[in-house]
Amino acid sequence: MKFNKSALVMILYILFLMLPIYWLINMSLKTNQEILSTFSLWPNQLTLDNYMVIFTDPSWYGGYINSITYVIMNTVISLSVALPAAYAFSRYTFMGDKHLFFWLLTNRMAPPAVFALPFFQLYSSVGLFDTHIAVALAHTLFNVPLAVWILEGFMRGVPKEIDETAYIDGYGFFTFFRKIFMPLIASGIGVAAFFCFMFSWVELLLSRTLTSVDAKSIAATMTRTASASGLDWGVLAAAGVLTIIPGALVIYFVRNHIAKGFALGRV
Amino acid sequence: MKKTPNQKAWFMVLPVLLLVAFSAIIPLMTVVNYSVQDTFGNNEFFWVGLEWFEEILHSERIHDALGRQALFTLIILSIEIPLGIFVALHMPKKNGLWSSLCLVLVALPLLIPWNVVGTIWQIFGRIDIGLLGYTLDKMGFDYNYTQDSFAAWATIIIMDVWHWTSLVVLLSYAGLKSIPDAYYQAAKIDQASRWSIFRYIELPKMKGVLLIAVLLRFMDSFMIYTEPFVVTGGGPGNATTFLSIDLVKMAIGQFDLGPAAAFSLIYFLVILLISWVFYTIMVHSDKEAG
Amino acid sequence: MAKITLHNLAHSYNNDDNYALKSMNHVWEDGAAYALLGPSGCGKTTLLNIISGLLTPSSGEILFNDQNVTTKDTATRNIAQVFQFPVVYDTMTVRQNLAFPLKNRNLDANYIKTRINDIASMIEVEDILDKKAQGLTADIKQKISLGRGLVREDVNAILFDEPLTVIDPHMKWQLRTQLKALHKKLGHTMIYVTHDQTEALTFADKVVVMLEGEVVQIGTPTELFEKPAHTFVGYFIGSPGMNILPASINGDKAHINGHEITLAAGYEKHSGNMEIGIRPEFAQLSNNPSDLPITIKRIENVGHYQIIRAAHDTLDIDIIASESAEVSEDMQYVHFDKNRINIYADDWLVTP
Repeated sequence: MKFNKSALVMILYILFLMLPIYWLINMSLKTNQEILSTFSLWPNQLTLDNYMVIFTDPSWYGGYINSITYVIMNTVISLSVALPAAYAFSRYTFMGDKHLFFWLLTNRMAPPAVFALPFFQLYSSVGLFDTHIAVALAHTLFNVPLAVWILEGFMRGVPKEIDETAYIDGYGFFTFFRKIFMPLIASGIGVAAFFCFMFSWVELLLSRTLTSVDAKSIAATMTRTASASGLDWGVLAAAGVLTIIPGALVIYFVRNHIAKGFALGRV
Repeated sequence: MKKTPNQKAWFMVLPVLLLVAFSAIIPLMTVVNYSVQDTFGNNEFFWVGLEWFEEILHSERIHDALGRQALFTLIILSIEIPLGIFVALHMPKKNGLWSSLCLVLVALPLLIPWNVVGTIWQIFGRIDIGLLGYTLDKMGFDYNYTQDSFAAWATIIIMDVWHWTSLVVLLSYAGLKSIPDAYYQAAKIDQASRWSIFRYIELPKMKGVLLIAVLLRFMDSFMIYTEPFVVTGGGPGNATTFLSIDLVKMAIGQFDLGPAAAFSLIYFLVILLISWVFYTIMVHSDKEAG
Repeated sequence: MAKITLHNLAHSYNNDDNYALKSMNHVWEDGAAYALLGPSGCGKTTLLNIISGLLTPSSGEILFNDQNVTTKDTATRNIAQVFQFPVVYDTMTVRQNLAFPLKNRNLDANYIKTRINDIASMIEVEDILDKKAQGLTADIKQKISLGRGLVREDVNAILFDEPLTVIDPHMKWQLRTQLKALHKKLGHTMIYVTHDQTEALTFADKVVVMLEGEVVQIGTPTELFEKPAHTFVGYFIGSPGMNILPASINGDKAHINGHEITLAAGYEKHSGNMEIGIRPEFAQLSNNPSDLPITIKRIENVGHYQIIRAAHDTLDIDIIASESAEVSEDMQYVHFDKNRINIYADDWLVTP
């Protein structure tokens, strides 16, 4: 009885989550004509034309490449600066450590809208406007604090004796960090990478403000096309479906770590 | 864990410091700079002191946006937190295909770009081509989110619930997973009711992650921009113009740099303040319990 | 309080042939204190959870006072259980924790009050009754769990699942003594799971030794010590354990590598792998060449006695000698008290 009730709740909730997504997929497989003329629960004339538009038009598929480029850059940058910092916060006390940690976290609380304009001016003035690195750097604003926070949580769970034993065994700091410490917090690194990927991939405002042509993100492409060309619902839906796929793949690979990952190593 | 004092640890923090200084402090300085100056164009600025702050603090437009924002955040928190806990309680506990499937599907909305979330609901809610809008319209409801502010609000709230409840679910689920079986067995032996189990075992163990959930949901909903921007563009009228939308309109749309900068700083401070209050209250109540 | 009967009980977790618990028949007498002893993974916790009703056995029946409760849930069985680590409700006070099982059964408020005070004085927590359980030390928390187990007077049995694992050694003694005293006073049927022989032997009237899902012996501590029914019991109980030596048995004579040892009685011929078992306590160094020759490897002095680690050829033999016993050069032999020698065929005890 109990299992059935739980299953029912889950099925209803998942149905609620999947219905709008199904509708998007449904739209993406219809012709614009069918979308506007008839209302149907599934495509009557199944077509892949909408997807073809995206795969053949560089301004569309370029958007995906640009997005993925800056997301990966951001993840790499965020993790490589966050790792040593998280280690320092988890192992040592030093002057102003608590204030620094708190100040870092406050950046996660800053509304991107506040930073949109200053970022635009800053990156324009240093000649980085409309480059991948500009978006990647801008996204570190909220990803670095988060990465430091997550990693610090996981590192705190590793006993300090491990560090000490390694030093006694004659490891230098860098060898120790790479060979012994990193494997121990591998799941933490994975979780931090997952969150960096996620927040950078889903963000629109900053990526739209900081790019125009060369590094234009898929999100920006979608919002602009929607307003410019009016109502090409089919292509818009297809583009939407394609943005869900990378996320779905990432979740699929980390599915067994999701529960632990979402606890951020702090349960 | 006992930490060792080590001032050299500063060197490890230095990269983060430089990076965040570049991407946070410099822009913030710009904002502060704008907030106390005015311009007639041509890059000529002159000092106006706290005038913009006064203007913003007395601006009805901002008051309204803040009111809408607070109402929105309150509504979605009061739906998403209980609903998230409720769903988490029904997540499959045994590992297997069904639980993997649930996890993947539940997490999916979180990794959809926010503008696409907007697009999905923009389409889903339309009365001509959207399943939701069409169905409601055919059932005789007067539902049109582009014209009716109530419908616009309902759409945006349902969208946010759709988008973010899963975060609460996954956090609560992580908390629940950390409860050893013995607690449930002991409760059975003590003949505890389902409510007692929730109240005395599950809720206390979820407290830590729920604190994170409430904080994250508060911050992110208070900063919401993309989804309502795509779905309603802030309308009809100003009905769904939340703080971020208003700010972007002011800064990039109207290029009112001074007021926008003053607005930004106040906005940021409000979030910091409320987060801090939240955090202190919850940590404090935790200490009192202990 | 109840007599608990296990009838052809068996359990496998995945419903396959991989039995965590092999078929067993056993009666737990009303009001007795049992210890369930065995190494990790021998099925003792499985058995306990079947008795408490947290698990339903794949086959067989379990009866409380001749009433079949196999499919009944924990609440109907009316038992109490204390777990390996302290299970307390953190947000409640100590008093609320103790009252919880009673409140859930809608008992009279006055009764609850007096009962809590009784239990609190028994487990000595009167002075912290109104403190929150959160933040108390592990052993006090475990005392509270214990108290919650004892608070209901009418329980059929109280089950303990290695309850002293997380407790400091000096507290262990104290709690164990308290528990024993409580059993004397309250007279509940108690089943106590442990892998620690000292705990089992000091707590229980009867010890049930389990190995690989099977009960290998049920007996009083003395029986387990003197007549282990299985070589495992001999080896597991006692410190050091029983010496088990392969031998050939011929009537009232045993031969180890051709050396003859006289037995107290004659044995019939058994097929299978024959061994003799002798406790280190009943082995004695000697200088008599008719005894079994050995070489002494080392001598450990453990306070009021010494353990002599010796070997005959490749067979290790432990001997316990008194603290004052002198070990001289010519002590090259070991003498076994013939009345204390047990004979095993394929690990199981055989009688003359």
